[in-house]
Amino acid sequence: MIYNEEFETLPSEALEALQLKRLKQVVERVYHTVGFYRRTYENAGVVPEDINSLDDLRTLPFTTKDDLKDNYPFGLFAVPMSNIVRLHASSGTTGKPTVVGYTKRDIDTWSVLMARSFAAAGLTKNDIVHNAYGYGLFTGGLGAHYGAERLGASVIPMSGGSTKKQLMILQDFGPTAICCTPSYLLHLAEQGRVMGIDIKSLNLRVGILGAEPWSERMRDEIEKRWDIKALNIYGLSEIIGPGVAMECLEGRSGMHVFEDHFIVETIDPVTGAPVPPGEEGELVFTTLTKEACPLVRYRTRDMSRLIKEPCRCGRTLTRIARLTGRSDDMIIVRGVNVFPSQIESVLLGIEGLRPHYQLIVDRRKELDTLEIQVEVGEEIFSDEVKVLQGLERRIAKDVKDYLAVTAAVKLVGPGSLERFEGKAKRVIDKRRI
Amino acid sequence: MKVDQISIFLENKPGKIEHVTRVLRDAGINIRALSLADTSDFGILRLIVNDTVRAEKALHEAGFTVRRTAVVAVEVPDRPGGLHSILEALSEKEINVEYTYAFVERSGENAIIIFRFDQTDEAIELLLKKGFKVLPGEKVYRL
Repeated sequence: MIYNEEFETLPSEALEALQLKRLKQVVERVYHTVGFYRRTYENAGVVPEDINSLDDLRTLPFTTKDDLKDNYPFGLFAVPMSNIVRLHASSGTTGKPTVVGYTKRDIDTWSVLMARSFAAAGLTKNDIVHNAYGYGLFTGGLGAHYGAERLGASVIPMSGGSTKKQLMILQDFGPTAICCTPSYLLHLAEQGRVMGIDIKSLNLRVGILGAEPWSERMRDEIEKRWDIKALNIYGLSEIIGPGVAMECLEGRSGMHVFEDHFIVETIDPVTGAPVPPGEEGELVFTTLTKEACPLVRYRTRDMSRLIKEPCRCGRTLTRIARLTGRSDDMIIVRGVNVFPSQIESVLLGIEGLRPHYQLIVDRRKELDTLEIQVEVGEEIFSDEVKVLQGLERRIAKDVKDYLAVTAAVKLVGPGSLERFEGKAKRVIDKRRI
Repeated sequence: MKVDQISIFLENKPGKIEHVTRVLRDAGINIRALSLADTSDFGILRLIVNDTVRAEKALHEAGFTVRRTAVVAVEVPDRPGGLHSILEALSEKEINVEYTYAFVERSGENAIIIFRFDQTDEAIELLLKKGFKVLPGEKVYRL
């Protein structure tokens, strides 16, 4: 089922013409309303009039997460705060989050993109949607919520956590679709089995899963255990939230990017040179319709490849393949983005603590675990066990408060963690997805 | 009147205590008393040795995190109720015992207990006032 049939099946010349028209408008807008872009383009010697073809996009400089950080919190907004009706925030690389804003039209656009995503998963207004993405500052929960409502479906705003309650609702309310991370769905399956629930007999038909990388092998396991179809959804707060790209039920092979709203490119993460469709590269997006926080050539650091071949669903929108990794050191723990440098900020905030640490990521019983190993130097060593245990708890609490992620803290002896020449390898990821 | 105790941070890995004892052996240090506090993640090894300064230096050079703590050595009459009489005396001033362990050697006819208090000076004052024998470090290291 295609929600916006006209726009999702545009022939390529019409789509490209639409993209070019919108691109010119965006570049003009940011040049005149966002100081950061004005300065960047003046330094690069480009003006909006230089954009006369889609290829000309490549002459524009990239926008990075650091640019958002440097302009924290609202420096990249293109409209005054009185026009902003929503603020969201996601993980930043340091103690401060990455902030995005939405006008009323942006919320409307986002709802439509998510409605398209649910329609691509075969949902209609007759469906009941169990939304277990986290509500709050994260874009996952509210993004899926507004989209399902827009479609006319019945939304259950579960948010994350409370696994037993989630299973009770799944049985009693009988939702037909579920939104959550793929690892959480496997965790629910395991808990269901322990509780003696026959999850295959539930009304669930389809899962719209994302916020973390997952494999075909995981898809097979999810589909087998739940007797549902499991589809991949992609998004990031900086671009709009979930709903940037969505896998279709008919094709189940790559996620369609909503190209009337976003231009997608793949680049070489080291040189910045364009990478042709079919080859792996870093995904870069340009927003064509966002009002509050338009972004031009935003580097996502997600690695994937573009699929231009036609899809059997009939959509003419370019697909992106399953993400293969990152071009930076960010990790995802239970659907939450974590930068090692964020942990470092937290540790440096505790007096006497040396920033010698290591992150061990693993997955036990389908749930991601994060262990932070911290070296004990003489400044913080106390003769009393309760003081050291209090330190472990404080670190864990600060990490939870700032990163929204639960970590176990282990104090280790001085010098027991590897020292690095050049960039430290802070993360040991034991997960095999 | 205080006794110097060395506390060593031990990661919860095999061979750590062995490493400590090897370092002390190589430095010719004699352990007079010891206690190990353990949690699931780490341990704190507490030692009273015959040469505190040399032991600290050797352990430090071997890469251990060490700290010196002031503890109190009290002579305890070696009969039932001996330890109780000390604790009873301390409870009068609400002095808290953080931890305690026994000494290897005797002082004449009496046993020796090591205490770590939350108020060390007040504890020593109170014990002396109540007539208990508090042993200074110099005496304890040589026992």
